[in-house]
Amino acid sequence: MPSTPIIEIRNLSFAYEPSRPVLRNIELSVPRGAVVGIMGQSGCGKTTLLRVIMGALTPSAGSARVLGHDVANLRREPLFEMRRKMGMLFQFGALFTDISVYENVAFPLREHLSLPEPLLNDLVMMKLQAVGLRGAAHLMPTELSGGMARRVALARSIALDPQLMLYDEPFTGLDPISFGVITRLIRELNDSLGATSIIVTHDVQEALGVVDYVYFMAGGRVIAQGTPDEIRSSAEPFVNQFVNGRSDGPVPFHYPAPQYRADLELAEH
Amino acid sequence: MNRSTIDLWVGVFVAAGLGALLFLALKVGNLASFSTAQTYQVFAKFANIGGLKVRAPIKSAGVVVGRVADIRFDNESYEAIVAMNVDSGFQFPRDTTAKILTSGLLGEQYIGLEAGGDGVMLKHGDRLRLTQSAVVLENLISQFLFNKAAEGKPEEKK
Amino acid sequence: MDLKGMRAAAQMGLRARLERLGGTVTGQVWRLGYASRFLGYMVLHSGTAMRRFGLTMKEIYFAGVLSLVIILVSGLFVGMVLALQGYETLQRYGSSEALGVLVALSLVRELGPVVAGLLFASRAGSAITAEIGLMKATEQLSAMEMMAVDPIARVVAPRFWGGVLSMPLLAALFSAMGIFGGYLVGVQLIGVDAGAFWSQMQAAVDVRNDILNGVIKSLVFGVAVTWIAVFEGYDAPPTAEGVSRATTRTVVTSSLAILALDFVLTALMFTGGP
Repeated sequence: MPSTPIIEIRNLSFAYEPSRPVLRNIELSVPRGAVVGIMGQSGCGKTTLLRVIMGALTPSAGSARVLGHDVANLRREPLFEMRRKMGMLFQFGALFTDISVYENVAFPLREHLSLPEPLLNDLVMMKLQAVGLRGAAHLMPTELSGGMARRVALARSIALDPQLMLYDEPFTGLDPISFGVITRLIRELNDSLGATSIIVTHDVQEALGVVDYVYFMAGGRVIAQGTPDEIRSSAEPFVNQFVNGRSDGPVPFHYPAPQYRADLELAEH
Repeated sequence: MNRSTIDLWVGVFVAAGLGALLFLALKVGNLASFSTAQTYQVFAKFANIGGLKVRAPIKSAGVVVGRVADIRFDNESYEAIVAMNVDSGFQFPRDTTAKILTSGLLGEQYIGLEAGGDGVMLKHGDRLRLTQSAVVLENLISQFLFNKAAEGKPEEKK
Repeated sequence: MDLKGMRAAAQMGLRARLERLGGTVTGQVWRLGYASRFLGYMVLHSGTAMRRFGLTMKEIYFAGVLSLVIILVSGLFVGMVLALQGYETLQRYGSSEALGVLVALSLVRELGPVVAGLLFASRAGSAITAEIGLMKATEQLSAMEMMAVDPIARVVAPRFWGGVLSMPLLAALFSAMGIFGGYLVGVQLIGVDAGAFWSQMQAAVDVRNDILNGVIKSLVFGVAVTWIAVFEGYDAPPTAEGVSRATTRTVVTSSLAILALDFVLTALMFTGGP
């Protein structure tokens, strides 16, 4: 087992305003080479956690070490240096709509390295080949389907061979075939790049099929963690409701409301 | 829209814009005449400069030969001292008269130079001795009324 | 304030209304400070926009070249109308030969910079705001940040400098077209003497006082409009409604800023001291 984890989060808390904490006392550790899932209901704080790992948000308390950097106190230059070693896949791809697929993938290469065009071309083609879209290099983002756009974005995020891959809701809105494609790519790229991956999602079945370890969040806290099998058979009521997709449980079906009778107009008379 | 097309159009745009500026400066404005001509400076004192402003033209025989550079008040002689930049191409005799005139009936005021007959020419820093102040409307009216009154009185005496 | 807001405001007491007004004013002042810091940061990080001038050139194309048609056509029409209206009034005092002076001075001193600025704000300013706002809403700016590329240096600064460099050129083209339009109507159509038209104009329009001041005005307007456009785009809430509101705000705020600055600049330049 490698010694230092890629990500080490101790007692992390974060709040936009002091009265409303979003993350409370998070303890998290991600070993090198692992694919880790962070799951939970919408609004449980998992996307905020991802942003703290990215260095986009500063924690209110606690520490977060990512790739050896303490993200809490990063200045601009070291922050950019850290990000060069990371790749992030946004929920809907976030491709640059005014340039072609080829140019999108070439973007990080052009910005950070000065490579001769033939070498750049080969690198771009390699990345597109890895996601299966080499033939679409000349298309514009508006001509792509959702799944294809996400794959191109994936190719773009691995352009600089990152050590850490972050996925923000990668399975949202995909058809079953695209699900399979993305899942396969996440695992393949992680292993072939020798990287570590973090997937933030609420798509349980797909995620459980691809990750090595799961952190389960609710209300800004980690309420459960374990291997996919452990999570599937977890006795924790919230996890249980989530994994099995039950409509009622610790997360109630009804939004808090006064007595039913009080809201009915006709029943009053 | 590839790189070279954009470059072409930007080039055309910038060229057209600069061309427009040049057109304005040369054809519309007065850049062609009188911006970097060599000048020498002479002074003149006036009892009243009226509405004369800095940068007003200095004309001789109706042709612009210079511009007013500066207007100051002399606290000792209680007169106005006007500094004039005259184009080096024109020489004026030492006894030239400087008058403050009005262009048109109600137009802007300018300095008119009437050359004298002296053989020696004005040099940089010289002062024109002969000056005529601006006509002030109130003085003109009161003078007219005074003259009218003076005409009336001798007639009465008779 | 929408209808719901007005109703809610009417129901509050006077004190509450005053508090709300104070809050709005404070909010605007705070926003101005934030916008100024944004401008400062952007100017400091304009190195990329200058070194890779192709980026800025692309923006000059989108802001300047694509505005050419509306600027030239509007300039032509404004000049023609000036000549028509001007002749109407001047010939009553027997000064119809001063038509050239009237058209040229009106355009170079005022209408060129101001109208070109207003048109630029509506066409290019709103486009810039929409573009940047949309990039923010679709997370393209965040994606750029994640790739360790500063979006302000890469996306915002080139658009700012593209706008600033385009404005004076557009204003000059507007004025030139306007004078040409005035010539067409005044000399060709109405019959004012061509010689008098041009010579009186040349005598009255001063390069330093009039033309240069007009250029300075257009530069100031360019900075103001483009600054507002990029800031509103960058600050827009990342929703469809947010972006559309920001675009409207750009046009309104820019237009007001142009007119207010025009007053200040005119007072400084064309009146008062020697």
